[in-house]
Amino acid sequence: MIRPVKIANAAGFWGDQPEAAARLVAAQPDLDFLTLDYLAEVSLSIMAIIRAKDPAAGYARDFVDVLRSLVPFYQAGGKTRIVTNAGGLDPTACARACREVLQAAKLDHLKIFTVTGDDVLSVVGRALRPTSEIEPVGRKARPTAEPISLGDSRLANLDTGAPLSSIAARLVTANAYLGSAPIADALRAGADIVITGRVADPSLTVGPCLAHFGWKLTDYNQLASATVAGHLIECGTQVTGGFSTDWLDVPGNDDIGFPIVEVSADGSCIVTKPAGTGGAVTVPIVKEQLLYEIGDPANYLSPDATVSFLTLHVESAGENRVRVSGATGHAPTDSYKVSATYRDGYKAHGQLTIFGHDAVRKARHAGEGLLRRLQARGCSFRETLIECLGTGASVRGIVSRMSDTHLVETVLRVSVAADTKDPVERFTKEIAPLVTCGPQGVTGYATGRPKVLPIFGYWPTLIPKTSVTPIFKPLI
Amino acid sequence: MIPLREIAHARSGDKGNSANVAVFARSPAAYAWLRVHLTAAAVETYFKPLGVGAVTRYEVPNLEALNFILPDILAGGGSRSLRIDSQGKTLGMALLEMQVAAPKF
Repeated sequence: MIRPVKIANAAGFWGDQPEAAARLVAAQPDLDFLTLDYLAEVSLSIMAIIRAKDPAAGYARDFVDVLRSLVPFYQAGGKTRIVTNAGGLDPTACARACREVLQAAKLDHLKIFTVTGDDVLSVVGRALRPTSEIEPVGRKARPTAEPISLGDSRLANLDTGAPLSSIAARLVTANAYLGSAPIADALRAGADIVITGRVADPSLTVGPCLAHFGWKLTDYNQLASATVAGHLIECGTQVTGGFSTDWLDVPGNDDIGFPIVEVSADGSCIVTKPAGTGGAVTVPIVKEQLLYEIGDPANYLSPDATVSFLTLHVESAGENRVRVSGATGHAPTDSYKVSATYRDGYKAHGQLTIFGHDAVRKARHAGEGLLRRLQARGCSFRETLIECLGTGASVRGIVSRMSDTHLVETVLRVSVAADTKDPVERFTKEIAPLVTCGPQGVTGYATGRPKVLPIFGYWPTLIPKTSVTPIFKPLI
Repeated sequence: MIPLREIAHARSGDKGNSANVAVFARSPAAYAWLRVHLTAAAVETYFKPLGVGAVTRYEVPNLEALNFILPDILAGGGSRSLRIDSQGKTLGMALLEMQVAAPKF
């Protein structure tokens, strides 16, 4: 019987707590793997914009700092291996930056591998227009082995059914969610650090399990169970008490520990966290995270297996230990999910605080007046929104505990969107003047002008697995 | 009438322009009640002001949970939505404010 493998998550999103990894290995140096997830649905489009200004910056630079924070651990002989999707659009550039850190610390013996092949922008481009006019942002299209013939229908938007050709000229990124196999291959080949582009979030955990236990790619129940384990920890502290309904009752919720799964050979796992950390691992909290961002619980689609959550068993196994077992899996589909993003105009949000009698009426009137003034001066917006925060605006029209007239204070939030940048930019210069031309009692303007933000449309679609080639290789 | 939060807890998240809200019973008796009364139609009516499409409900008896899929509820979702809550973070808390004619279990 092979011993369980201990896998922690040290980042649930791009921007998560920078000290999580160093604190995890300090508290629990026997961890086999650290996983760090940086990629939300539209993260890659943000990287594309950063890379357009700096060609060497198409990845999550935060990870390089995380690695630097682990130098003392590795210099002291630490063995924990790392799997992360910090590579974003450019895993090789990320790996090179990591190698510089390791070389400077005389840790050259640590082997870095990359997993690539997820970037299908050029594949998609050629499928749409055989004489491709589409070039990936910031670099040349890669030649691929064979001509691609994807019917346009195969790239239809999964939500709306619209054909990709409708936004083809504005595509920014298109990345397939690769599975665990190339991660496991890299680990078997001796990788200490695996840096990927887009992979399915749970596959960051399934890959280490696959390598550790020697499962076959058809061991669907085990792969399904490990997928559940990966799903549970991929959002960091959301499974150790963060984001929970009863958060106020979670002990130590000012400093919640990051999660660890101890995965057994059958794929079942114990969810836990390092001793001495805040937060709680309880049955209700683990259940909440199990169904986080889940569709049909009988058919959770991952590139490694199609998973049923309906056979799961969740039980307490001691203080801050919850056992999750019984996932069932069957063969994955013959497609990879692809997240494509495209340029879709610009937006900006501006906020001011309004205090005093009739605060909500004044705020709404001031916001409407601002938009009228802009329109009178030639600004045309495709969408605008006025929200009065404090009135239940997050879910307007659904929940309100008191009449607006009872509120003595509200935050006026005005948002605009347009196809072009100019009117949005104009808006960002017109909101602060409400301090002098609006009602008395306007404050909270000290943060300066709002930023103009590019809008990225999100285009989920499918691509046949046969037109994608995952590649794992050591950094040379 | 009591607020749903007295007999259930919840968690919501986004997927493009859609969201899901999973509702977890705080007791087996509460789950039996929720299965009968917290229908897809009731949840769809509740969230109608946000422009939700046809709501689907999945039963998850092993977790004593109901998972609701709320299509097109995020006014564009992620990067596009102009709303303060573009990612459905508040939807779970919002549903738990629903007034329900349940006994206190």
